Amino acid sequence: MNAPTPGALTSSLLYLDGVSVSFDGFKAIRGLSLTIEPGEMRAIIGPNGAGKTTMMDIITGKTRPDEGTVMFGGSVDLTRLDEAAIANLGIGRKFQKPTVFDFHTIEDNILLALKSKRSVLKTLFWQTESQQQKRIDEILGIIKLTDKRERLAGSLSHGQKQWLEIGMLLAQDPKLLLVDEPAAGMTDGETAQTAVLLKEIAKDHSVIVVEHDMGFIRELGVKVTVLHEGSVLAEGPLDQVSANERVVEVYLGR
Amino acid sequence: MITRFLLSNMDKRGYAFLAIVAAIGLLVPLANLLMPAGSPLHVSTATMSLWGKYLCYALLAISLDLVWGYCGILSLGHGAFFALGGYAMGMYLMRQIGSRGVYGNPVLPDFMVFLNWQELPWYWYGFSSFPFAMLMVLAVPGLLAFVFGWFAFRSRVTGVYLSIITQALTYALLLAFFRNDMGFGGNNGLTDFKDILGFNVQAQGTRAALFAMTCVMLISGFLIARGIVTSKLGKVVIAIRDAESRTRFLGYRVDRFKLFVFTVSACMAGVAGALYVPQVGIINPSEFAPANSIETVIWVAVGGRGSLVGAALGAVVVNWAKTVFTSGFMAPYWLFALGALFVFVTLFMPKGILGTAQGWWESRKRPAPVPAPEPAPAE
Repeated sequence: MNAPTPGALTSSLLYLDGVSVSFDGFKAIRGLSLTIEPGEMRAIIGPNGAGKTTMMDIITGKTRPDEGTVMFGGSVDLTRLDEAAIANLGIGRKFQKPTVFDFHTIEDNILLALKSKRSVLKTLFWQTESQQQKRIDEILGIIKLTDKRERLAGSLSHGQKQWLEIGMLLAQDPKLLLVDEPAAGMTDGETAQTAVLLKEIAKDHSVIVVEHDMGFIRELGVKVTVLHEGSVLAEGPLDQVSANERVVEVYLGR
Repeated sequence: MITRFLLSNMDKRGYAFLAIVAAIGLLVPLANLLMPAGSPLHVSTATMSLWGKYLCYALLAISLDLVWGYCGILSLGHGAFFALGGYAMGMYLMRQIGSRGVYGNPVLPDFMVFLNWQELPWYWYGFSSFPFAMLMVLAVPGLLAFVFGWFAFRSRVTGVYLSIITQALTYALLLAFFRNDMGFGGNNGLTDFKDILGFNVQAQGTRAALFAMTCVMLISGFLIARGIVTSKLGKVVIAIRDAESRTRFLGYRVDRFKLFVFTVSACMAGVAGALYVPQVGIINPSEFAPANSIETVIWVAVGGRGSLVGAALGAVVVNWAKTVFTSGFMAPYWLFALGALFVFVTLFMPKGILGTAQGWWESRKRPAPVPAPEPAPAE
C-alpha cells in the first residue's frame, strides 16, 4: 500500500528499535523494538504498567524517548516532530477514555477531524466542499450515527462516543491508527460490533490495537505482541502466545 | 467573502443585538442634540457619556469572552490591552493640546515641561497624526499580546498558571506606568484634553459623535468576533477549550490558534480603551490595576460566558448596577455586592444571565429538552 520512499532505511511503516524512556528513574520502556508493516493490523497486550500507553505517547510525539530509533514510512524520524506534525503525517490516535468534543455536534466532530489543511487562515475562511460533505455523511453511516448528527457529542452514550472517535480517526484518513482499548466499558454486543468496525478499517489502514480483552483480540484474529516491563516478551498468533510459559507467568503472577 | 464571513450563521439573538446597538447609537445622540433640555425624551450629555463608557466596557467584555468563553484562556490581564489602547489615544489627544497647555510649550505636554524635559521622547513621535495613533491603538496591544502569547502558548502554559502570568503582566505595566521617567505622565496619567480631529472634546456634538462611534465599533467588534467563533476556526478554538491535547492529536497547532484569538482579542480591547479615554477625559495607570481585569471577568461570567451578546449584556448590567450602587447610601457595600454577585452567578447561574434566561425560555416552549452536557468548568 505504502511504497517505501526513496532513501528509506526500512520497508516497514513503523519501525521502533532499542527505544528506552524513563520517568524519574522509572524505566517505562526499555529497549523496545517493534515493526509494523504497511496494511498490517497488530494487537498489543500486556499487564498494567507494561508500557503500552507510553509506547503510544512516543509514537505520537507526546513523549520523547531517551534513546532509540522511531521511524515512520521508512525515512521520517518521529522523535524530532511534535504531535501536530505527526498527526499530519498520517498517524491517528484513539485514547483509552473516549475523548470527543462534547460541545460540538457529532457532525462537527467529524468535520474537525476530516483530513484538510490545518492552518489558521484556511480554517478561518473554511467552506466545506460537497465532496468533503459526502465523506462526512459516509463516515456517519459507517459509525451508525447518521440520525444523531445534530446532537451534541456530550449527550452520546459511552459506546457511541467510542464509535464517534473511531469515525474521527477514519475522517483523518491516517496511514497508521493507534487504538487504545476500543472495547473498554462496552457491552458484549457493542464489543462485537467494534471488532467488525476495526476489521473493516484495517482493510486499507495499518492499525495498532492495545487491548486487555482477550475475547476481543480473538475476534480480531491478528498477530499479537505481548509487552512486559517496557519490552517485547513474545510475538505471534494469539494461540501460540497464550501457550507461552513466560506470558502465562506474567499474566497470572509468579 | 468578507460579508459572508461576517453575516453567515447570524441568529435571531445576534440580529436583535445589532438592531438594539444600532438604534441606541442613532437615537441617543439625536435625543441629546435635538430634544430640548426640558423634554422627557432628552438625554443629558453626562448620561450619554456614562452609557458610552458602558458600551466601551461591552466591547472589552466581548474581547475577553472571545479568549475565555471560546478558547478557555482565562486572561486576568485584559485591562492591560484596554489601557494601552487608551494610552495611545491619550497620546494623540495630548499632542493636540499644542501650546494651549499651562506652560504653553508647543511640542512638549505639560508633565514633560514640569519634569524639565527638553525634547519629546522618540516613542511620542508620530502621535500628533490621528491615523498613526489609531494604528498604534491596534498595534501596541496586538504586538504585546502576540509576543506574550508566543512565549506562553508555545511553552504550553495553561490554566491557572497562564491566568497568574496575565495578572502579573498588567501589574507590571501598572508599576511601570506609575514611574514619571516612563514618559506617560506617571501617577496623573494623561488628561486636560482639548481637541479630537479639530473638534472640542468637551463639546456636546463631539460627545454625541463619540457615542455613535462607540456603537459602530461595538457592532464591528461583535461582527468580527461572531465571524470568528462561527467559522471552522471557531470550532477548532472551542475544541481546544474542551480537549486541548485531543485537538493537537488531530493535527492542529494549538499554540497558533490560541495566538491568533488572543491577538485579535487584544486589538479589540485596545479599540475599546481608545474610545473610552476621550469620553472619560483621562487615562492614568490605575486602568492597569489587576482589579479592573478581574471585574471584566465578572462581567463576562454574569452575562454568560461563551455568548458574545451575553458578555456585552453582562458588562452593561454590572456597570449600571455599579453606578446605581456607588452613588447612593449603599456605596460602601458595592464590592461586597460585586463579590456576592460573582459567587451567586458561579454557583447558580453557570451560563450567566443570558444562558439562564434562554434555558428558561426553551424549557417553557419544549417541556422535555434534550439533556445538554455540563458546561466546562472555569479554569
